[in-house]
Amino acid sequence: MRDVAIVAFAQTDHLRHTDELSEVEMLMPVLHRVLDATGLRTSDIGFTCSGSSDYLAGRAFSFTMALDGVGAYPPISESHVEMDGAWALYEAWVKIQTGQADTALVYSYGKSSPGTVRDVLTRQLDPYYLGPLWPDSVALAALQAQALIDAGDTDEAALAEIAHRSRTAAADNPHAQVGGPVPAGDYVVRPLRTGDCPPVGDGAAAVILAAGDTARALCPRPAWIRGIDHRIEAHGLGVRELTESPSTRLAATRAGLFRRPVDTAELHAPFTSQEVVLRKALGLDDSVNVNPSGGALAANPVMAAGLIRLGEAAARIHRGESDRALAHATSGPCLQQNLVAVLEGESAHV
Amino acid sequence: MPEALSAPLVVEFPFTRSLGPVQSAFLTGLRERTVLGVRTAGGKVLVPPVEYDPVTAEEIRELTEVAATGTVTTWAWNPAPRPAQPLATPFAWVLVRLDGADTALLHALAAPGPETVRTGMRVRIRWAAERTGAITDIACFEPYDGEETGRPAPHDGVFTDPVTGIVTPARLDYRYTPGRAQSAYLDALSRQRIVGERCPSCHKVYVPPRGACPTCGVATTERVEVGPRGTVTTFCIVNIKAKNLDMDVPYVYAHIALDGADLALHARIGGIPYDQVRMGLRVEPVWTEGGRHPDHYRPTGEPDADYDAYKELL
Repeated sequence: MRDVAIVAFAQTDHLRHTDELSEVEMLMPVLHRVLDATGLRTSDIGFTCSGSSDYLAGRAFSFTMALDGVGAYPPISESHVEMDGAWALYEAWVKIQTGQADTALVYSYGKSSPGTVRDVLTRQLDPYYLGPLWPDSVALAALQAQALIDAGDTDEAALAEIAHRSRTAAADNPHAQVGGPVPAGDYVVRPLRTGDCPPVGDGAAAVILAAGDTARALCPRPAWIRGIDHRIEAHGLGVRELTESPSTRLAATRAGLFRRPVDTAELHAPFTSQEVVLRKALGLDDSVNVNPSGGALAANPVMAAGLIRLGEAAARIHRGESDRALAHATSGPCLQQNLVAVLEGESAHV
Repeated sequence: MPEALSAPLVVEFPFTRSLGPVQSAFLTGLRERTVLGVRTAGGKVLVPPVEYDPVTAEEIRELTEVAATGTVTTWAWNPAPRPAQPLATPFAWVLVRLDGADTALLHALAAPGPETVRTGMRVRIRWAAERTGAITDIACFEPYDGEETGRPAPHDGVFTDPVTGIVTPARLDYRYTPGRAQSAYLDALSRQRIVGERCPSCHKVYVPPRGACPTCGVATTERVEVGPRGTVTTFCIVNIKAKNLDMDVPYVYAHIALDGADLALHARIGGIPYDQVRMGLRVEPVWTEGGRHPDHYRPTGEPDADYDAYKELL
């Protein structure tokens, strides 16, 4: 296996509306920031991979127009996933492992403001048994939350505490959409209240990956990807045990999470109740600094929020604030699919 | 700089999907008020049924009939139903394990309020009055005061006139915002001016502008008025009438390099017989009263442009 690291990360300020910007206009500044941070130009990048969904803004082939911001001429080696950018990062990591590239630019963006994201996300569900009922994203998360409460894993007060801790941490995150505590609020879909749900907004993020000595040359303290894996569960909600996340557990095992403790975890839990599931699956205790960025409860640009978890974890390693960090991303209803990466600073690797 | 523009945008599509043998039997069964599950090799009965075992991926075809009554395994109270959801008044989303099944089905539960709903409560299917072979043939669940009923019974899944496909309409409503560069372009068009943007790096002028130079990957910010005259760089003759388009065929659709632009845009050519349009023809826009963009381009009468003048724009 080649040693591959995240050597740069940038994200936009995440906002409820960005009417004055097209997707490429929103994305371009973060592309420039990661390129500037490494001194690389587009022509130096071995592979470019992005994650986004045209359904969010209702704009067909928006990902091809987003490529305008990369400067894809002469033609570049490029790919796109209709998923969170964390999975674009996984594809780029695989590409570097094959030896076909030494560097990769990974980006993702989501503009939820033009549409109604709760309704839009119903279109990713099984079209035979679920799609015709239009069960929205909050409703499905609420079914999972109630199952956790019934199982004695949490209660509404504990969920409110997760919300409070996340938004308090986000007060130090200049990019967060919600910084500082918010009231628990009314039920959106009971038992989830407004405070248990992520903000709806627009944003973009980018990272640069590099292998071996290239990474060391580009970044004083690269965030080495010691392990990365993603796993998916059955699509049928009634088939799954919603209080557990076996896919997260298996991905974490294969990523080597349990070999040594981590000091930091960036979890992609858009709903408070999902942090409860993830903490169980990952065996996180109070010694781990969970979501110092505020997590997806502070900013949840759909399709970018998972990549941002990887970026936030890496940035803490770059800054020397973490030696070994876990980053997690999720996709699908009720944590259906999960990606886990373990990142380390050089001195932590014996 | 003009205000960012916005407009309503509706994305609407009916998805036509074929059904496999298990899904066909299940949805046809709902039409006949019969609920079918499928049995895995491990002996579990899955409702709603799938065609492949979610654990082993083995093809599964052994159908079994389960009851229309069941038990709530989890629930969530929806105080504000959204359009197209099963009930228009507040209801509970529920996962229900039907009697005889080992897995749960997602649907709505009609109940007076959240205080009347709990995990473990007994419910039964309320059938829709008109049933077509779809998950919505179950109108919703309703509270039911009765014990768990018998064991699943084998079923051959054979019905007369089976449902083999479904059509699911989907409509999503957006408020489209074109962003900075395209808003400026559209704003200028409303004043019958065509404005592109120049790349600060390669100096090419893009019309219409999209906010970035696709070659250099940098923002284009310097606005440049181009045209109104231009040159036909290439064209085609349209011989098939498009649906809902009130235009006689044949007509000519062309790439036009406006004077000062480094990218050709496309438009219809009029005011000249279709078989006389040629590369290098000089044209100008024709605006109609109240039109948001040029209706078409017509010849200016100037001599044709020299090939070398536009060959880079082909």
